[in-house]
Amino acid sequence: MVRLQLRHDVSPALNFALPLAAVVFTLVLCSSLIRIAGASVVDAYGVMLSAAFGDTYAITETLVRATPMIFTGLAVAVAFRAKFWNIGAEGQLLSGAVLSCMVGAINMPGGIAIALMFVAGFAGGAVTALIPAVLRLKFKVDDVVSSLLLNSVVLYGLMALIEGPWKDSLSGYPISPPIQDSANFPVFIEGTRLHLGVLAAFIAAPIVWFVIARTVFGFKIRATGENPEAARFGGIDTRRVIFTTALLSGGLAGLAGVCQVGGVHYQVMAEISPGYGYSGIVIAMLARLNPLGVVPAAIFLSAVMVGADAMSRATGVPAFIGQVVQGVAMISMLVALLLTQYRVQFRKAAT
Amino acid sequence: MVGITKRFGPLLANDHVNLSIRPGEIVGLLGENGAGKTTLMNILFGTYAADEGTILVEGKPARIHNSAEALAAGIGMVHQHFLLAPRLTVMENLLVGMPRQGLSLDIAGARRKLDDIAREFGLKLDPEQRVSSLSVGEQQRLEIIKALFRGARVLILDEPTAVLAPPDVDGLFAALRAIAARSLGIVFISHKLNEVRAITSRCVILRHGKVSGEIADPGSASTREIAELMCGQEIKPTIRPPVAKGAALLVLDRVSTTGHPGTTLTDVSLAVCGGEILGLAGVSGNGQKALADVVSGMLKPVSGTVSIDGDEVRDFTPAEVQRLGLGRVPEDRLASGLVSSMTLAESMALPRIAQAPFSHRDLLSRRGIADFAQKQIREFDIRCSGPNARTGTLSGGNLQKALLARELAFDPKAVIVAQPTRGLDIAATRFVHEKFLALRAAGRAVMVISEDLDELLALSDRIAVIYEGRIVGVLAAEEATVSRIGLLMNGAFGKAA
Amino acid sequence: MNAVLEQIFQVGFLAAIVRIATPLTLATLGEMISERSGVLNLGIEGIMLISAMTGFMGAYYSGDLWVGIVVAALTGAVFAALHATLTVLLGVSQHVCGIGITLLCTGLAYFFFRLSFTDSSHPATVQSFETIPIPGLASIPVLGPALFNQFALTYLTALLVPVMAYALYRTPWGLNLRMAGENPRAADAAGVNVMATRFLAVTLGGALMGIAGAFLTMAQFNTFTFGVISGRGWIAIALVVFGRWDPWRCAGAALLFACVDALQLRLQAAGVSHIPYEAFLALPFVFTIVAMAFMSRDAAAPPALLRPFRKEER
Repeated sequence: MVRLQLRHDVSPALNFALPLAAVVFTLVLCSSLIRIAGASVVDAYGVMLSAAFGDTYAITETLVRATPMIFTGLAVAVAFRAKFWNIGAEGQLLSGAVLSCMVGAINMPGGIAIALMFVAGFAGGAVTALIPAVLRLKFKVDDVVSSLLLNSVVLYGLMALIEGPWKDSLSGYPISPPIQDSANFPVFIEGTRLHLGVLAAFIAAPIVWFVIARTVFGFKIRATGENPEAARFGGIDTRRVIFTTALLSGGLAGLAGVCQVGGVHYQVMAEISPGYGYSGIVIAMLARLNPLGVVPAAIFLSAVMVGADAMSRATGVPAFIGQVVQGVAMISMLVALLLTQYRVQFRKAAT
Repeated sequence: MVGITKRFGPLLANDHVNLSIRPGEIVGLLGENGAGKTTLMNILFGTYAADEGTILVEGKPARIHNSAEALAAGIGMVHQHFLLAPRLTVMENLLVGMPRQGLSLDIAGARRKLDDIAREFGLKLDPEQRVSSLSVGEQQRLEIIKALFRGARVLILDEPTAVLAPPDVDGLFAALRAIAARSLGIVFISHKLNEVRAITSRCVILRHGKVSGEIADPGSASTREIAELMCGQEIKPTIRPPVAKGAALLVLDRVSTTGHPGTTLTDVSLAVCGGEILGLAGVSGNGQKALADVVSGMLKPVSGTVSIDGDEVRDFTPAEVQRLGLGRVPEDRLASGLVSSMTLAESMALPRIAQAPFSHRDLLSRRGIADFAQKQIREFDIRCSGPNARTGTLSGGNLQKALLARELAFDPKAVIVAQPTRGLDIAATRFVHEKFLALRAAGRAVMVISEDLDELLALSDRIAVIYEGRIVGVLAAEEATVSRIGLLMNGAFGKAA
Repeated sequence: MNAVLEQIFQVGFLAAIVRIATPLTLATLGEMISERSGVLNLGIEGIMLISAMTGFMGAYYSGDLWVGIVVAALTGAVFAALHATLTVLLGVSQHVCGIGITLLCTGLAYFFFRLSFTDSSHPATVQSFETIPIPGLASIPVLGPALFNQFALTYLTALLVPVMAYALYRTPWGLNLRMAGENPRAADAAGVNVMATRFLAVTLGGALMGIAGAFLTMAQFNTFTFGVISGRGWIAIALVVFGRWDPWRCAGAALLFACVDALQLRLQAAGVSHIPYEAFLALPFVFTIVAMAFMSRDAAAPPALLRPFRKEER
């Protein structure tokens, strides 16, 4: 028999140790996959490490790749705090990308264009996230399923645009027209892609943390998520909280799209997000829904992805190992989270 | 049961308890809330494992580690909160978990068995009816039939009368006598003296987890004798010193509701004055929930008004009734009162988080939240590791203290509390009652909704009785007796008047 | 216009509906049985994918399609059992765990497929299942070729619906399973081992999801591609809601959905111009969302769905 006992006090050390343990466990488990693929584990992880952190350029690339995931991670963390099960960060990212790209293509002074791109991207993501929120509040549709299904709808919508009316006439590929050169995000280090969006992500995380931990609105989000009935009894309009949380969550995911357009691709294509929205769920879980934890968690996953590509080129281990890492990390983190809440006791059924 | 001991953390729930049940006998298991009655029976039924002790069935040590084994050993239990699936039929609820069945459900065989039970014990139900359409009394009948159906030789009933109106209790007692007459053993758990004296042939009294006494003929034992065994000391009747009645502070005028799950209210008018405790009696599920929700600002009535100290409630939200000076303690402390995974300090700040001292300009004041909790923990003697203790780790009594503490700190004009002492031990119950009396002495209005008639009779200046969403009578303390209230609770207003 | 209509409503159309409905029915029934016991399995999308992959590999290397089906069913059962271990035995969030299972399965499926078939320019194929005409019935005009000239798995799926309904409503096993999803504490008090019941239901459901995935690679297509499931798992979850957790209604929901899907394929093929093909691709998803908005209002969900059951709560 397995028995779970609620811990009375959660030691802070455990709070740090268990996520780390989950990551270590993940890497150990995935090393067996590397062995199966016939590569040396030490070499493979060595290649990964140097590709992700080996030199300044590698570090900037890891950060650039972490940026959209910081935003989607924040989006999911905020939503899950209110138990608004937003699995739709992927679609919200795409919406944000489309709107910000449309704005960025308008000829206007660079500073204004960039500011408006952020606004438009936030709005695009927010409106997309509103759909599952409204469906849940008005029609009691499960938000997990509706936000998931919407990802596909948004993707097809985007494809219809870039293969149809919004196709770049100068290109043979299904891509959108580029944004104005002046709207391209400024880069901090010459020769790298360390763009304005990276800075924005690093600023966004502490802001979101502050909102959740230190404001009345954040308190309402937490109370609504932890116990909606008590929150309602305590005078919190939980429907409104869900609604506002959806806007904030979707907006943050939309900003991920803004960064992809303004700092990386300068236009929209179907491959603008290799599942960053889904990675956001993993990141949020690794961060234990703490916005500050989202940053290291996103950098970890980004390093795994950047590293997996390099490892694949060097050793032939399929780069899909990056996805396996995500899945294993998420599940081990779930178990780790459980262990911070409960003491697990194994005992034999008495005879 | 020999030498049964069970600990929950530091709490010794059962301390070397011995109990025997003979065929044809109805054993009363008497004790205050928290004396360990339910724990003992849950051990007998295999829900909990005893830390020490053995269970003997017909002289042989029995291995009972789960309900399946208890049922196989001929032990059946009717839980206080029924364990039924409302969306399934009577038949399906009966057949769940039956061992050694064939590939298909044996409906025909079950029907025959059901007919036998109906004939032998006079317990009848339509097998095809959905449980959701059964009355509370019928659901209890189903629970009893379920135990008999599974071949129980010993039947445990946990507080079976708590959900019944007094006249329904007679029906239950008749059924129990019929069952005992077929030489089955019955354990009747209760904390109500008069019931135990009426139905049991022997009674065992538990106090603080120990057997404190056994009475061979409860019918002739004096109430005082039993009560002292239960409480360990002479019980002092609650003293309600005379208090000058003030103006009406909480007034409901012709309030009606619809669309509420459960019973709705029809034309409810009530007034609670300053310096007064008004008790609301009624069988569970007769509109108490709707009434509490309306007053607490959780439910907007379709017609009628609610006023607090002369101000009409215009916007039925918790924030509005709070602003007008109402204190609210909900029935279910952890489900709708506090947030178990938040800290105690946060839970206590919850209803007024947007105001000082808990926040300033939409920013939380962590010091304000912690200081408030610290102060109230001291004042209300809440036992916990401090303001940062996780709410869920507190005991029921301390949760109730925390709920009272968070409301009373803001000096409410009127207070509404539901089931204030359910599940609380004697000391906590006394503490809660004293707080109500202090409010009364301070000229505040208190409305107590309770299913515990003894509590209401001890506390209230007046008792209102609710039946099917209507107030069917309001009795002053002097004229309120169990029998009169009992009749009203069952809708027999003519006879009571 | 007439030409378009003619092209739509022909024998092939009916046959296509049945073909599309088969894996959806299997997956929907698998999810339903799991949810009926009280466990939401969002791992379905990933479980279908990895089973489609292992099933394909099983068939490819053994040369026997049925070996592939068995391998797929086992794969589905194994990963569903992992979900059950975490959600039923340990009681972690069913939502989050399911997403984790999907991510894990997707990663593993891609990883091992790429490892086994490094050359992506020449995709490996299997000889897919042949349709089996039922003598006599298959010669009925229009209906015959559509309904009675199908894959063996389709016939088995059609058979599974009444079997499942019988098992759920008429056997002690099904009653206990439903009780675990209605009121687990009541089930426990009646002597049902709730954890074992749920574990088994989730695992069995996973096996069905696995077969559903394998049907796609071995009957509908004859190869494994990364997009082979493309949201069918998510659709199945919605169809369970639409089918109100009942085997017959779930099968009906799958058929209805298959109609919509077949229609959009036909409309695409018929070249209804000026509408981008993506609109047709998105149609099933939009349809499902709208359908759920209409269906979800009166809750038919098992009351204990998403609620972990723990004994000795105190």
